[in-house]
Amino acid sequence: MKLITAVVKPHRLDEIKEALQAFGVHGLTVTEASGYGRQRGHTEVYRGAEYTVDLVPKIRIEVLVEDDDAEQLIEVIVKAARTGKIGDGKVWSVPVETAVRVRTGERGPDAL
Amino acid sequence: MNVGDTAFVLISAALVMLMTPGLALFYGGMVRTKSTLNMLMMSFVSLGVVSVLWVLYGYSLAFSGDVGGFVGNLDLLGLDGITGDSAMENFAGRDIPVFAFVLFQMLFAILTPALMSGALADRVKFGSWVVFIALWVTLVYFPVAHWVWGGGWLAELDPAIIDFAGGTAVHINAGIGALAAVLVVGKRIGFKKDPMRPHNLPLVLLGTALLWFGWFGFNAGSELAADGTAASMALNTQVATGAAVLGWLIYERIRHGAFTTLGACSGAIAGLVAITPAGGNVNVLGALLIGVVAGAVCSWAVSLKYKLGYDDSLDVVGVHFVGGVIGTLMVGFLAIDGVGGWDQFVSQAIGALSVMGYTFVVTFVLAFLIQKTIGFRASEDDEVAGLDQAAHAETAYDFSGAGGGSARTATATAPVAPAESKKVDA
Repeated sequence: MKLITAVVKPHRLDEIKEALQAFGVHGLTVTEASGYGRQRGHTEVYRGAEYTVDLVPKIRIEVLVEDDDAEQLIEVIVKAARTGKIGDGKVWSVPVETAVRVRTGERGPDAL
Repeated sequence: MNVGDTAFVLISAALVMLMTPGLALFYGGMVRTKSTLNMLMMSFVSLGVVSVLWVLYGYSLAFSGDVGGFVGNLDLLGLDGITGDSAMENFAGRDIPVFAFVLFQMLFAILTPALMSGALADRVKFGSWVVFIALWVTLVYFPVAHWVWGGGWLAELDPAIIDFAGGTAVHINAGIGALAAVLVVGKRIGFKKDPMRPHNLPLVLLGTALLWFGWFGFNAGSELAADGTAASMALNTQVATGAAVLGWLIYERIRHGAFTTLGACSGAIAGLVAITPAGGNVNVLGALLIGVVAGAVCSWAVSLKYKLGYDDSLDVVGVHFVGGVIGTLMVGFLAIDGVGGWDQFVSQAIGALSVMGYTFVVTFVLAFLIQKTIGFRASEDDEVAGLDQAAHAETAYDFSGAGGGSARTATATAPVAPAESKKVDA
């Protein structure tokens, strides 16, 4: 199994969810995150005082998949997340040793 | 007694009351999340403290008799002898109950010390603040209100100072008092280093709207009669404030590149402050000019604290003091009916300078004594963690979100029957 993590622009979440559903993914976890990459942050002005805001809001999506689906799923997410502008985010995958469905105790791919 | 005037003054008093919680929201939205409630409470508590002091001795010190032009006497302690049938005597042609005037003026006395709280955001002990405002209104506000409105020495100048609704007694007074207190209390930890962004600008706009609304009572109500001057004051209030919003926005667009929400709100307050002393004595074009100048100049003045290094956290000096001075001085020239001119300007300047000098010195000494005795400044730990929990045992916003019964919300009583399943489409 693989854990695919995507940190993307918040407004792409709906597109990504729909694309994952169309692909047949049954579940995912979404958290609000903040961070920066190459685009860095932005500047805000309050009564003339400029603040550099380094950390910009992002959405972190996590999906567990079987090994065979991983590459294809990464492509699906990248396609749905892309706007072509700087700050679109990143997607990566890491191997997962085990997974358990809490309710039934099923293990491995059966738990997905 | 005149029923129309009485009704108008009572309604105006209620409008002015709304300004103090409005101010609390205006300031509350501008601080960081961790000290929001403290900021709200610093204004709100004035409704408690000053209401009590005003009826006990404040009204008497401000409006009963005269001792050397400096302060009133103590003949009306506890509003002794005044009843619902008592009519105003010391203001010509104002046939309204004394109680209406007592209430109306009480709400000014409540608002003025609350204005200073913005300068001291995030870093003073709440109990010490309460002591501070009780002593400040006693030693500063009650006498200064007497100077301007109670038959004191500023009212005896020739020509008499024009301060229709409190440019000197309220705004210059609170602004310079705030500066003195800030110099004693010191900067917030992290001033000029840490980002100190307003945490809730919609709250700031709501507060601004309540202040603007209440200000009609503050300004027009100060006429104490439902007449043409009151109508002119109300119209001028609107015009000056609108112009000040534009003045601030245009300045900051040129200088900083954006039309900010905070700028629009700040401009509104600057305009309201500046028209306060002047609006009863200028025509609508004069009001427009005062507004746009106040908006633009205050927009520049709020940057001074970074250059000069004092932490007037929410710009009480830059907006109330500077705006108050602008309105007080400009009306010296812009006053209609042949009043405006050099002589009037000199009276205005004397009024502004005398309040500045007196209030700065007394407030500085008062804040210093509080700091040396019971301590004015909160502990470093409390300041860094946020004063809400240290001083008020509360949190402004519950961010723990969904998940009733989880460890994070375990301190609160658990809901009896958590919903089986909640459809949350995030």
